[in-house]
Amino acid sequence: MKEYVCIICPRGCHLAVDEENDYAVTGNGCLRGAAYGREEAMHPTRIVTSSVRVRSRIHPRCPVKTDKAIAKSDIMKAMLLLDDVELSPPVRRGDVVIASLFGGEANFIATRDIDE
Amino acid sequence: MHDEYELIVIGGGPAGLGAALSAREHGLERILVVERDVQLGGILNQCIHNGFGLHYFGEELTGPEYAARLIDRLNGQAIDVLCDAMVLEIIPGENGHTLRLMSADCGYRTVGSQAIILAMGCRERTRGAIQIPGTRAAGIFTAGTAQRYVNIEGYMVGRRIIILGSGDIGLIMARRMVLEGATVVACVEIMPYPGGLTRNIVQCLQDFDIPLYLSHTITRIEGKQRVEKVIVQEVDDRFHPIDGTDIAFDVDTVLLSVGLIPENELSRAAGVEIDSKTSGPIVYENGETSVPGIFACGNVLHVHDLVDFVTTESEGAGKAAAEYVLRRIDVLEKRIYEKVSHDDVNLQSPSYDDPQKVACEAEHARASHDDVERSALIDDLSKKLVQGRSYCLSIVRDETISYTVPQRIRVQRVDKQVSVFFRVKNPQKMPKCIVFRDGERIVASFRRPYMMPGEMERVTLTREQLDDVCGNELLISVEEIR
Amino acid sequence: MFDVAIIGAGVVGCAVAYELSQYKLRAALIEKENDVAMGASRANTAIIHGGYDPATHTLMGRLNVEGMRRCFELCEELDVEHKKTGSWVVAFDATQRTTLEMLLEQGVANGCEGLKILEGDIVRSREPNLSDDIVAALWIPESGVLNPWEFTLAMAEVAVRNGVTFMPNTKVCGLTWRQDHYEIKSHTIRSALNMSEDSSFQQEYHRETDIIAIRAHYVINAAGVGSDLIHNMVAPPAFEIVPTRGEYFLLDGTAVDHLVGSVVFPCPTRAGKGVTVSPTVHGDFLIGPNSEVVADREDTAVTGGALRDIAQKAHRVVPSLNVRTSIRNFAGVRANSTYGDFFIEKSATNFIDLAAIKSPGLTCAPAIARVAREMLQKDGLLKEKRDDWRGGRRIIRFKEIPEEERDAFVRENPLYGRVICRCETITEGEIIASMKREIPPVSIDGIKRRTGTGMGRCQGGFCGPRVMEILARESGRDPLSIEEDGCGSTILIGRTKDPRSREVSSE
Repeated sequence: MKEYVCIICPRGCHLAVDEENDYAVTGNGCLRGAAYGREEAMHPTRIVTSSVRVRSRIHPRCPVKTDKAIAKSDIMKAMLLLDDVELSPPVRRGDVVIASLFGGEANFIATRDIDE
Repeated sequence: MHDEYELIVIGGGPAGLGAALSAREHGLERILVVERDVQLGGILNQCIHNGFGLHYFGEELTGPEYAARLIDRLNGQAIDVLCDAMVLEIIPGENGHTLRLMSADCGYRTVGSQAIILAMGCRERTRGAIQIPGTRAAGIFTAGTAQRYVNIEGYMVGRRIIILGSGDIGLIMARRMVLEGATVVACVEIMPYPGGLTRNIVQCLQDFDIPLYLSHTITRIEGKQRVEKVIVQEVDDRFHPIDGTDIAFDVDTVLLSVGLIPENELSRAAGVEIDSKTSGPIVYENGETSVPGIFACGNVLHVHDLVDFVTTESEGAGKAAAEYVLRRIDVLEKRIYEKVSHDDVNLQSPSYDDPQKVACEAEHARASHDDVERSALIDDLSKKLVQGRSYCLSIVRDETISYTVPQRIRVQRVDKQVSVFFRVKNPQKMPKCIVFRDGERIVASFRRPYMMPGEMERVTLTREQLDDVCGNELLISVEEIR
Repeated sequence: MFDVAIIGAGVVGCAVAYELSQYKLRAALIEKENDVAMGASRANTAIIHGGYDPATHTLMGRLNVEGMRRCFELCEELDVEHKKTGSWVVAFDATQRTTLEMLLEQGVANGCEGLKILEGDIVRSREPNLSDDIVAALWIPESGVLNPWEFTLAMAEVAVRNGVTFMPNTKVCGLTWRQDHYEIKSHTIRSALNMSEDSSFQQEYHRETDIIAIRAHYVINAAGVGSDLIHNMVAPPAFEIVPTRGEYFLLDGTAVDHLVGSVVFPCPTRAGKGVTVSPTVHGDFLIGPNSEVVADREDTAVTGGALRDIAQKAHRVVPSLNVRTSIRNFAGVRANSTYGDFFIEKSATNFIDLAAIKSPGLTCAPAIARVAREMLQKDGLLKEKRDDWRGGRRIIRFKEIPEEERDAFVRENPLYGRVICRCETITEGEIIASMKREIPPVSIDGIKRRTGTGMGRCQGGFCGPRVMEILARESGRDPLSIEEDGCGSTILIGRTKDPRSREVSSE
């Protein structure tokens, strides 16, 4: 049995997910909560955001994010990859900073423009 | 830059951008946005995490992305922008307001404007405001200052960190610091419930096994030059530390996330009436403050949890400011006309209570051939009417509600409906009703499955409901469901 | 070889340096911290005392009125923020009223002018927020408030301009008389100042401590809370410092109604002058101090109990006062002593103690400096005045520029058009100007003391990072080396995206 606090809405239902029993969810106040609980128990994922070095006079760092959620267990590994990145202006929102994280579909992309 | 504007928006963050765009859309042609930073976007620039925009843009964005969408829209419009500039003073006037503003590029300028929108945002409460005992060591930051250092400037503010307060910025920074390689030993909250959104408690603390100590606070900070240690104690229900509950944490950094305060020194100096509960201006249904032609929106008005609501609110203020400027005379005339032709019992106003006299004065005003005189007469009359209690409903609250925005509703000004934002004082875990009453009678009632002080609530009152109200006060409270 | 070495760059040491700089001699001003005014001179009630309080036979009683008048003159000459507000001592009952009469008599004996006792209603007509329980008050017109750290700094700046050598980060650890001079052994700290741009990260700053010997014919001990330790290096113990901590609240002047227009004291007791409510030169309000003997001479921590106590006492005098408008709490350690008075003596060959200077030491400092000068003159020093002495000081504060001149001034000096500290309206021009004066600031608080940045409601939350950027840029330093205040109070510990910034234990 795994326990979670539902984040779908501010109510914060305490969910219990039974892995032994086909990830059945109890404690949920609505169907969306059940789906959230199941997802969290089976393969939790997160969007990761950070900022990376950029050779700019004005902006020492450029914010980035993963364009898709990645496995929760990969977050710290993904962060370490950013240590080696240094962008050069111009940077455009959406520019891929690191492609295909861990061979998957998610990329780190820039989230702002940096012109100079 | 011109010497005269129809509208000057003070602040180029999400509130100011939203307001300027909306005012432009509603027909204003001379708009100036004044921003003190070197770039537009305000605090969103440093909020590099995701979670913005779900309500307004229908997709999840980071702070810089949310800001960029507004800035892109603004760039396509004929709106003047002055960055790296400060408004130093607002001098309200009967026929338009005057601002003193300054920047390194444009010097010290005096600029006139028909309307003003206050969108200066808020600041963080500091250690001095909450009086944490201990030394004055370095390493104590408000969470937002730390956020700027880390996210924008690329500096680490500490290695071992404790967070005081469970406001959203503190929670967000807990995760940021861990991701950047620091250790966050705990998050300490004096209230028995968290201050931030549940989503942030889960994704910023629980995801990284950061313990949350509710009903605890920091009672001492030690360290001569840099923070070395803090003492945390449990508090009783009157927030007094309980002896013998000390926990010592070896940390080099304390981040404070103990509340935000709207930045209203400029507004206050301009004579704008301030609500001691929100620390923001008291506003009418359209965001207009007690000074005619000065509007407020965003965190300068009351602290929001979600930028999406800021944008919506700001669009309302922008629209209202445009209406104020474009239809100033029309509206006044119409209002007076409505007023005099309206045979309702509410017409008794202590400051101006004789309908015959109103009618007579209105007639006199309209008959005047001199434009200036005419407008002055109408202004004068309208002001008297606005002051009249019957013309304006005050929203009052009992002890279950900590504040509402707006605080006042001029019913005749409400087109179809008006949104009322509020926060409950205590967590309401069971389904409850939000009830509006005039005296004993229920005017409107809204069911909510749960409510938390950390989450702003919104309900909508219709013009019909408002028209039904007897008296000048509308009482809002949380009640059991019957 | 110096002619005179002054130990301690607090208000007394700097007043002496200012005085001596007018004569032809080589003087050194030795300070263990990285700036002037780092002890009690920066954490006190910021009052120019009228002089009615100290007993007439004491040095304090003899020097106060002279010092007070000189303080006002110096503030004018050196462009130090000050205000002649006048002050009140309030009485709550007949016994306290008797004390007022005693104080009036004592004040007259000490040389005060214009003192009078007024009835409660008249007092309240001038200070409407004072308690209805106040039956009478002593009015002291010749008194006021000043910016104490700027006062100290201003005197030091003029001294340095006229040839006095300022030696910060230099802690005296030994004094030996060598026939015709003292050898002053000191630890000097080569602090983070020397960090170069390329050392982008360091786990700990290298702070090298060297021992150096400074030689001087004459030594003046102005070491404040450490003055007994210096004394004991050359003479048998004669007094002992009893470090006494006082805590304060600073209340936001923009958030509260005008509390008081002048300084308000309760009736003094044996414990001291009590909790004062006073306006500050910056438009805020200061309440405090309490009085607590502490073991550590540098223990400037604030405590919950003391703050509650202060709030309660201040509340009695001004009932409408609300400490929730507090923007800062701080504490200072005063150099109270077993001697009970200022200890001003020639205690050894060519060695003068200006020691145990407690309240009203700030006010008395110029008079103490005058006494020290005369003692040196008696010993045959200071024979010749400098004919090239340059006194005076002018500071451009944006806020003080008249409305009609601002535009022209900003066009001429665009940096004065960029507001860095928005709470206090302090511009980049003011910050940079402060860095070009005789004693440049080395820390964020150094700039704060010189310009007022970060003094306001946000306490540097907004302007701190920008002040750091300007300080680093203008002095060619790495931001990582910039300290909040004293040596070692580093703000940033590294850069992001640098593996060395990651906490080892989190692996």
